[in-house]
Amino acid sequence: MATTKSGPAALARGDAAVGLALLEQMQLIRRFEEKAAEMYALGKIGGFLHLYIGQEAVAVGAMSALRPDDYAIAGYREHGHILAKGGDPRRIMAELFGRKDGVSKGKGGSMHMFDREINFLGGHAIVGGYLPLAAGVGFAIRYEDRQRVILCFFGDGSVPQGEFHESLNLASLWKLPVVFVCENNRYAMGTAIQRALAQTDITKFAAAYNMPGEACDGMDVFSVRDCVGRAVARARESKTPTLVEARTYRFRGHSMRDPAAAVYRTKDEVEEEKQRDPIVGLRERLRAAGLLDEAAWDALAERVEARVNDAVAFADASPEPPAEWLTADVYA
Amino acid sequence: MAVITYREALNHALREEMERDDRVFLVGEEVGVYGGAYKVSQGLLEKFGERRVVDTPICESGFTGVGIGSAMVGLRPVVEMMTFNFALVALDQIVNHAAKLFYMSGGQFPIPLVIRGPGGPAHQLAAQHSQSMESYFCHVPGLKVVRPTTPRDAKGLLKSSIRDDNPVIFIESETLYGVKGEVPDDADFLIPLGVAEVKREGRDVTVIAWSGMYYRVLEAAEEVEKSDGISVEIVDPRTLRPMDTETILGSVRKTHRVLVAESGAGFAGMGSEIAAFITEHAFDELDAPVERLFGADAPMPYARNLERLKTPSKELIIDELRKLCSV
Repeated sequence: MATTKSGPAALARGDAAVGLALLEQMQLIRRFEEKAAEMYALGKIGGFLHLYIGQEAVAVGAMSALRPDDYAIAGYREHGHILAKGGDPRRIMAELFGRKDGVSKGKGGSMHMFDREINFLGGHAIVGGYLPLAAGVGFAIRYEDRQRVILCFFGDGSVPQGEFHESLNLASLWKLPVVFVCENNRYAMGTAIQRALAQTDITKFAAAYNMPGEACDGMDVFSVRDCVGRAVARARESKTPTLVEARTYRFRGHSMRDPAAAVYRTKDEVEEEKQRDPIVGLRERLRAAGLLDEAAWDALAERVEARVNDAVAFADASPEPPAEWLTADVYA
Repeated sequence: MAVITYREALNHALREEMERDDRVFLVGEEVGVYGGAYKVSQGLLEKFGERRVVDTPICESGFTGVGIGSAMVGLRPVVEMMTFNFALVALDQIVNHAAKLFYMSGGQFPIPLVIRGPGGPAHQLAAQHSQSMESYFCHVPGLKVVRPTTPRDAKGLLKSSIRDDNPVIFIESETLYGVKGEVPDDADFLIPLGVAEVKREGRDVTVIAWSGMYYRVLEAAEEVEKSDGISVEIVDPRTLRPMDTETILGSVRKTHRVLVAESGAGFAGMGSEIAAFITEHAFDELDAPVERLFGADAPMPYARNLERLKTPSKELIIDELRKLCSV
């Protein structure tokens, strides 16, 4: 039986429960995103919609290394991250629908999901612009002498941006408990990484800022979990930041307005990458280890389906935000 | 009540608020070991230590973002810009992050943050170190913008800014740091944000001015009163956003003539906004159109004579007051 090419061939027994939980989370994100695409086509969701399909193992594996009181912050392709942090699919779908019960009260939309209750700090759409905020959260953790960490997710498109460099420098200089997780899907919108970076081995920037840097297989949830887990432990115990590069791939276009995604990459490349599908890979491994039979998978898939459908029904039923909210929450 | 400088007043405000609340810290370039490029933070490192007086490398975007991120999770940062000119490097942090996070998150994340430092015209510092930028920041919903004129204002407004739960742009002035004035010693002395002050009572004409321009207008007012018997009222908004329109309109109803004097650009400037709301809300009260004086439409030149021509002079203000009052 085939396993993922780069992952360990066998699963330890103790990983079984974890593996099944991670699989369910990844499947939830996959189906949530597919459903969001459908809702976009129906006109229920507007604006930009950036799908996370293909990259699920990164958010799920990384978040699984956190405690609930740890923080996470991400960019504009963040539905997967807020779901993996424990966000409620209903309120996330309601946010996509621009409704009152959305996580950001319908005022943020796809790119600006926030949930204070689960320490999810957004949802930011200026590429690289929020990396200093992550350093600031790390600063506050150190200032208050807590044992928390923050995971900061961003794409390869953030690496050429100045704030990436300023943030890594400050985090390392001041010993801040920040784990920088670069999701390298090889394309910043339509610009291939070799057209954007003079140094395409992103982990090398870690050395420049005197911090540990480590790459992992972003299509293997255990590879991400282990790698980020080590980084989280370093951050928690010794306030050492780490740059993690998760090598992954986005199966869909940059956004729903780039459906073909064919101008800047070949169909063959996409098809080849789909062979590394993180969900198929983990499912196969669990099956090969005798931990997931067909009936168990069907039950899992059904549970996920029910949650996603319930999220859509909830979003549909949620009213539009009242007109007076237009000018509410401008000032605290 | 002690007579202290504007610089000392700011220092005292920082010191008192840091003593009062452990969540308040100061971060920026040269704020610690160097004691502040303009010595506003002198002595604070010795008193509060490196944890709370944090020197940064030169990366305005980075350290402003650090302030914003720390505010998201409960701290109350004071970010010092060595000069506000450098805040433009961090404009994305200020406009797209600090100002919008509370709104975008549906009210979940207030950003109690003060960004402070000197701005406006200085002495022969040329185009990249000498310019008025208050109107840029006033354009952004979610920001408050404060422009203290006297040492008393500096202390009372900075303390209120630090206690405010919103991002506050607090623009001081290189030319005012040495100005002396009476300042209450009381640790709970505050001047609320959004409240203007009638700094000089008058009958014939209202001049709206703040920061360094206030002092020039004051000289002009004294002179024109002696020479022409024109009685000038001066209103200092102190907070430019939110603007205390009631106090301004109250003065307009009294004098029926208005001049707005500012050192910044005229096009889409503060004066445009003030003239517009006076016209909208008190048109019937006006005996003459609202007049504006503003900086020449050019970057700040270095040469002393040209620099003098860049911002409205006392003579120009006097001319304008005479014209206005002859209508």
